[in-house]
Amino acid sequence: MNVRKKSADPKGVLTGVHYLDGDYAIAEGALAAGCRFFAGYPITPSTETAERFAERIPMVGGVFIQMEDEIASVAALIGASWAGLKAMTVTSGPGFSLMMENIGLACMMEVPIVIADVQRGGPSTGLPTLTGQGDMQQVKWGSHGDYEIIALSPDSPQECFDLTIKAFNLSEMFRVPVFIMTDECVGHMHEKVVIPPAEEIEIVERKWYEGPKDKYLPYKPDVDLVPFMVKAGDGYRFHTTGLTHDERGYPVINAECQDWCVRHLCDKIRLNADKIIEYKEDETDNAEIVVVSYGITSRVAWKAIQDARKAGIKVGSLRLITIWPFPDKRIEELAGKIKAFVVPEINLGQIKREVERAAKGKVPVYPVSHCGGWVHNPDNILKVIKEAAK
Amino acid sequence: MKPEDRVEGRHPMEEFLRMDRMPHIWCSGCGIGIVVTSFIEALQKSGLDPNKVCVCSGIGCTGRVAGYVKLDSFHTTHGRPVPFATGLKLANPELKVVVFSGDGDIVGIGGNHFIHAARRNMDIVVICVNNFNYAMTGGQVAATTPIGANLSTAPYGNFEYPFNLPYLAEACGATYVARWTCLHIRRVTKSIQEALQKRGFSFIEVITPCVTLYARRNRLGDGLNLLRYYYENSEIRHGADTRTLDIGYQGKIIVGKFVDIEKPTFLDCMNNHLRKVLGDKYQPWGVKS
Amino acid sequence: MNEIRFSGFGGQGIIRQGLILGKALSLYDNKFATMTQSFGPEARGSACSSQVVVAEERVLYPYVTKPEVLVAMSQEAYDKYEPELREGGILIIDSDLVRLKPSKRKIKIYSIPSTRFAEEIGNRIYANLVMLGFFTAITKIVTPEAIKKALPGLVPSRYIDINIKAFDKGYNYGLEVLEKEAQEKAEEEKTEKTQKLKGKGTKK
Repeated sequence: MNVRKKSADPKGVLTGVHYLDGDYAIAEGALAAGCRFFAGYPITPSTETAERFAERIPMVGGVFIQMEDEIASVAALIGASWAGLKAMTVTSGPGFSLMMENIGLACMMEVPIVIADVQRGGPSTGLPTLTGQGDMQQVKWGSHGDYEIIALSPDSPQECFDLTIKAFNLSEMFRVPVFIMTDECVGHMHEKVVIPPAEEIEIVERKWYEGPKDKYLPYKPDVDLVPFMVKAGDGYRFHTTGLTHDERGYPVINAECQDWCVRHLCDKIRLNADKIIEYKEDETDNAEIVVVSYGITSRVAWKAIQDARKAGIKVGSLRLITIWPFPDKRIEELAGKIKAFVVPEINLGQIKREVERAAKGKVPVYPVSHCGGWVHNPDNILKVIKEAAK
Repeated sequence: MKPEDRVEGRHPMEEFLRMDRMPHIWCSGCGIGIVVTSFIEALQKSGLDPNKVCVCSGIGCTGRVAGYVKLDSFHTTHGRPVPFATGLKLANPELKVVVFSGDGDIVGIGGNHFIHAARRNMDIVVICVNNFNYAMTGGQVAATTPIGANLSTAPYGNFEYPFNLPYLAEACGATYVARWTCLHIRRVTKSIQEALQKRGFSFIEVITPCVTLYARRNRLGDGLNLLRYYYENSEIRHGADTRTLDIGYQGKIIVGKFVDIEKPTFLDCMNNHLRKVLGDKYQPWGVKS
Repeated sequence: MNEIRFSGFGGQGIIRQGLILGKALSLYDNKFATMTQSFGPEARGSACSSQVVVAEERVLYPYVTKPEVLVAMSQEAYDKYEPELREGGILIIDSDLVRLKPSKRKIKIYSIPSTRFAEEIGNRIYANLVMLGFFTAITKIVTPEAIKKALPGLVPSRYIDINIKAFDKGYNYGLEVLEKEAQEKAEEEKTEKTQKLKGKGTKK
């Protein structure tokens, strides 16, 4: 990868040990990552992030604006990102649905932005104040057409902080929207959050173009497939569009250019997936059963895994930190060695589908589904682990 | 000598146009090109550094303007150039940001964004080309279609009340409001120049002919006939009460500059207010020290 | 593991109690403490609660299911949450605001007029800290030093002293209650012993 790194700007870093909820930790992660533009619209259970950013940014230097809706919020982020700032917003289900239009634009224009979705029970207005993990497929497929994004799933306020920084770094590295797929439980849960000194926080700089002005091509892929970027106002007089476009950013309305353009958008993520994907494994080597989990559910599942081990079952854990791109390769490898996967999640099997797809029918995949409103009872996960081990 | 080397073979505005994208897609008799010409002339006269001027468009015939002007230009989603421009402007307050789009884009699907940007007095220029219909999609009824006009989704004639755009803009807080037809080339240019040189939310409506759809379906003739209609039925009334500016089908069009006031912009208000409340702790944004 | 629920009505500072306790435990007592709260329209005005799960290791299940300690500062909260208190658990109430119902459950009950004490200090808004002080003394889950260290950032800086005063008031009252309890227990044991001795004697 063609990546330039530096340490964080101390102005935004609230170094110290804090007791924060996940929503606040996302705001602190954003400020530490150098985010200086936030446009958002209030929605439970994500509003605390906007509130924290609005309170903190005047002393750091930057902009907070409450927009008229979530459509406008993402439009403003894309504008701000083209002007050179790191930009983010936060929302929950209903707002996330409204954002889909301009998420597509951000993908097409290849603009780094970060969006946190503090999931609640859906569909529609659903459960405004109670948890859910029902947007895991929406984040991947919610806007029309073929495209790729990156999505991360934190399991605690500490990870909300850490993964928000990671989200900004990945977003800059790949010129792509990156999503923090948390949920009401983590968003509203207070725990200890350690914010390190600025010099210990690694920040990825945008891939700025430095060649001659008249030679700049906004969509010419670099060796790592990611094109270089410039800022509005720097004299490049570039053009960018949501239409299918060529390397110049000019619209070309035919199948040939569509093929080049769309494959590029997908390939820059798919072919770099190994550099993006992160997961944590525990005792998968000799496991018969592997529990695949993410976010808050992975904590609850961990309790079930411990209980299952006490009962003599060989259970491994694969905790997904990156949800998209999906770790197909690792799932397939494990599928060849184990008896079954168990996938608990607070939806009716959204990531279970992916595990099944990646396992290619080699082993059964047992869902432990939950419609939302609460986290799983660990005993329910344990029951399915036992069933799968039979 | 090759044709492009001859003076008469070159366009005098080439510096501001993406000549590699010509010819453009607009129909003959369409008024959008005229407004683009006025915009470029206004930009040249304004003395602004063109490297610091951005154009944002939405979707529609006028939405294609961003693709033809040789500036940092953004062709965004339908109805969203105003919030896109908001982000661009706030992130780099040095930029002069112009939204150039159609009536369907700005006050139809994007109406909510428009009223809020005006309310906030966001420091952007909005040029709204009004051709009374959705032309890119084949001539459908719009929020600006006069009562009685016939369009493909109003096959028995439109019966909805249309927007009076200057009234809407003024009511929402715009600090500069003008309306012209594309026949008033020099007036349009002057208004755009004034808007470019002004701080605050500026709104310029330019009524233009849509020959292929609106005019044909209503049997109004060609471009020349429509320009004649503008010539015979428009009346300059600067400072007119914007409540009186409704446009009836083939009726009188009151044009002019209706609003030109000074008011602190969104960023002025943000900086002044936060400095007052937070004192030295506040880090001003976009203020040259 | 400990599961604690603070409850009362909106405006009593119930959420703040959970926050202060969670922060004190996580940052200054070297424990893992996860604080959650009830959100939504049902959490406004009427019964309101905050929950803290305390453990020596990372908390896996973040919610309180069968609390070992229930603090109830309103009748409604007591009515709503008392049934889920664990057998052998501790119930702490504001004695002026909660009337106990007859119960055969094996729970320990401690009461303090926390709102009245707060009013004596100057304002009923300090009742939550009086109660937290009482809670600290009774349960010994957290150290009083940790609570005091946790206050900055959670109460306005100019009110820290008075909040500490409120906390100490509740804490000292709690110590007195415990001492009294210990004395009573000792006396009970003594009488029991003597009765036993007497019993032995009579048996013979």
